Parts: sequence; C-alpha cells; structure tokens
Amino acid sequence: MAKFYTKEHEWVEMAGAQATVGISEHAAHELGDITYVELPKIGKSVKQFEALAAIESVKAASDIYAPVSGKVAEVNQALDDAPELVNQGAESQGWICKLEGVNEAELVALMDAAAYDEYLKGL
Amino acid sequence: MEELKATPLHADHENLKALMAPFGGWIMPIQYSGIIAEHKWCREKAALFDICHMGEFLFKGDVVADGLEDVFTFSVSSIPVGRSRYGFLLNDAGGVIDDLIVFRLAENEAMIVVNAATTDNDFTVIRSRLKNPAALTDISARTGKVDLQGPLSREIMVQHFGPSIQDIPFFKFIKTSILGSDAIVSRTGYTGELGYEIFLPADKVAELWRLLLEDPRVAPAGLGARDLLRLEMGYSLYGNDLDETITPLTAGLSTFVNMSKEFVGKTALERELEQGSPRMKVAFKVDSRRAPRHFYQILHEGKEVGVVTSGAFSPMLSCGIGLGLVKPDAAALGTRLTIRHEKVEMEAQVVELPFYTGGSLRS
Repeated sequence: MAKFYTKEHEWVEMAGAQATVGISEHAAHELGDITYVELPKIGKSVKQFEALAAIESVKAASDIYAPVSGKVAEVNQALDDAPELVNQGAESQGWICKLEGVNEAELVALMDAAAYDEYLKGL
Repeated sequence: MEELKATPLHADHENLKALMAPFGGWIMPIQYSGIIAEHKWCREKAALFDICHMGEFLFKGDVVADGLEDVFTFSVSSIPVGRSRYGFLLNDAGGVIDDLIVFRLAENEAMIVVNAATTDNDFTVIRSRLKNPAALTDISARTGKVDLQGPLSREIMVQHFGPSIQDIPFFKFIKTSILGSDAIVSRTGYTGELGYEIFLPADKVAELWRLLLEDPRVAPAGLGARDLLRLEMGYSLYGNDLDETITPLTAGLSTFVNMSKEFVGKTALERELEQGSPRMKVAFKVDSRRAPRHFYQILHEGKEVGVVTSGAFSPMLSCGIGLGLVKPDAAALGTRLTIRHEKVEMEAQVVELPFYTGGSLRS
C-alpha cells in the first residue's frame, strides 16, 4: 500500500476509499515525548489540509492536518491513555484515525516516501 | 545579540548527543535520552545536571558593617555557618530582581548563588547596595556546579566522596575535597528529591561529571527534565513565575521574606500587605492530559482572571499542571478555572502545593 506525506509531516496510507492517518516518524522525533493526543470525533468531515486533531509533547502543542478530505470512520482510542505509542511507532501502532470517502485524486498534492525523504533533507 | 556562553561540559554534552538550546545567555543541554525518561530517572535513581551556568558571588567582609545584612529579604547575619538560606533581591517596588541562595561559608564569608540570566545585573545591584562594594567578587567564571539529585544520590556521594556527606541535613552544606580540589557539597536542589549541589573549580567539573556518569545508578538529565521536576514541586522559575513586576507576596513566597528587618522594597511590601495583593499565585491541576503553557489565559466563570506563568504535563500525576497569577477572588482552593489559548481550552481546579508529594527530598 502506498504511503504519502504532507509538508506538515502527516502521513496517509490508502486502502481503497479508506485512509489511515498519522504523523511521521520525523515529526514524532522532533516533538519529543508525546503526552496528549486530541482525537477527532467519529463522523467529523474534514477537507484536505484542514485541522483534524491536535497533539502535545513535553515541548509544544501542535495541530494535525488532514492529508486528504474525508469523514472520520475510526480513531486510535489507545492513544487516550498511552499517547507515547506515537513515539514508539508513529507510522504503525501510533496511527491517529481512519478516514472514509477519500478521493485519491487529492494525493497529487502530497509526497511519496522518496520525495518526503528529499524534503526532510532540505529542512 | 550577545554570543551564547558554553559551560566547561559543552564537549561532554555533544558527545552524549544532547539536544542543546539557548537558556539565560548560555547554550545548555535540554535533553539527552528524553525528557520523561530523565525525569523518571531522577525520581527513582540519581540524575546529574550541568548547572555551571548559574552565577556565584563571594562576599568577604563584615556582614553587618559592610552592608550585606540589608540587601536581601532575609537576614544573612543570622544564618549559622554551614547553612544556606533562600530568598530575594527586590527593587524599590518590591518586584523580584532575582531569587537566590546565600551560603554562610564563615563568620565573614558568604557565597551568593544566583540565576544565570540575571548574574551580571545582580552583581551590579548588590554591589551598589553594599557599604563596602569591594567586599563582593563575581566568581562565576571560575566556579563549576553540578547537581546530583534522586533517592540514590546519598549512597552514591558517600561511596565516591566519603562518609562526611552521609549526615548533611536539608539546607546545610560541608566544605570538603573532591578530586583534590576544594569543594562545597550542599544538601539543596530544585527537584523535590534527596540531592546535592556540588560546587568546585570550573576546570575540575568535567572530571567530576565523567566520574559520576561511570556509575550505573547515574544518568545525565537536561533542563527539560529539571523544569518538569521543579514544577511538580511548585518551585518558582525566575523569568516565568517571578520577575521584576511580581513581588514575593504576590508569588505566595512570604515565608522567605522577613518583614522585621530592613531591605530595599520593604515599603512596597508593607503597602501590599495593607491593601491586599492585586494578583495571587495559584497552582492548578488540569482535568485531562493537556498541558497549560506560559502565557495561556486563565478564566473563571467566563471572565478572564489571569495568566499561566508555568505549565506542563506531569508524568507523576498523569495530567496537566500549572502555576499562574490570578485575581484574588479566583485563587481559593477548589476554584474551577478554564485555561485557554486560541482554540485550545482545558478545565482545571486550584489545588495545594506541592503537586507531587512522593519525593525523597527530606529522607
């Protein structure tokens, strides 16, 4: 399954019309110890690049933006009590939510893994 | 902008791959392995901090005749030799120029330990208030300081530096020899744990740092962990919870102000006692894991009543904690507060200090 990244360091992995969303390993590392994740409400509709969720670390509070438009179908409830899962695996068990009704055409505005790596080198 | 100063341990921090950042005019280690891991290590074992950035002044003279007695909010002449005392240097308006500790080294000798960012100004102000300014010397550059803090710190210190450390009580210190140099080992700290502040010549600090880090019970901790540890105790941080516009009475620190002696700022404090403080310090716990942060607004019953001066997620309490300044009618224990910043909002309640009561501080 192909994974795409935003300039704001979210990732999205597509499976048909459903997409899993999280923050990149790079972002998790930069934030440091993550202490709180504000999960979106199930059923919430978001447009691409709109605020979707919020995350806090020992250092800072930041927004998580929707990499693609869609409706929140599922959230990673485990993060309520164990936000450190994002540090342990930002692109695996630390996923944030799943979106449904996603339009693949929006992926052209994102970077694939190789392009994201290049992007990080330029930061 | 003035160039950042580096402590004698700068190369050691780089070798340990610490994340470095500016603090009070210095380039300092913020974290090594991670802020929460370092915080936990300090609460359970013993953490080592580079505190060489703080300033030290040596006073040599007659405490009363040379004028040191009237400089701070507490009496220096009544500190027994071998003891230290915490308090304030105030401006005319009663605002805090700095919070500091005075160590009574001898009848006619005291060491004053001050914050890094305020060192130069403190030195100028204190000298200007002495009858004999020449009695005060800034020894910051040649003085190194590391803190070993945590429940295992006593056994580690005794094992490495001798049994004389075993029985040092809280806020007492001893003059001793470490690595062949004169050193001061003080039972003080900023973490709420049993711990020691060690002063020794700056050129010996790296050797001491490496020696202590060889001990498997010791791990380095940065200013990030130090900030969490002090906030869980409710200790004030200069620049956040204290500054020249905040009096010690407003900051809830009247314990460290002796109103029966003379000091600059006393008239302003007398007036504040008479008229009441316009703002009061509060400690509050957030209902969730959300962290309040410096400058977030504080609201009570929908009205803005104050501002957050320090805030963080507390690993020991698993919730957000903070200190703030509010109007007196929102300061009572149990008062419900809303903390707001842009679209971030959290509910909180005024609580007693310290937030964390399980520390080994007085063990």
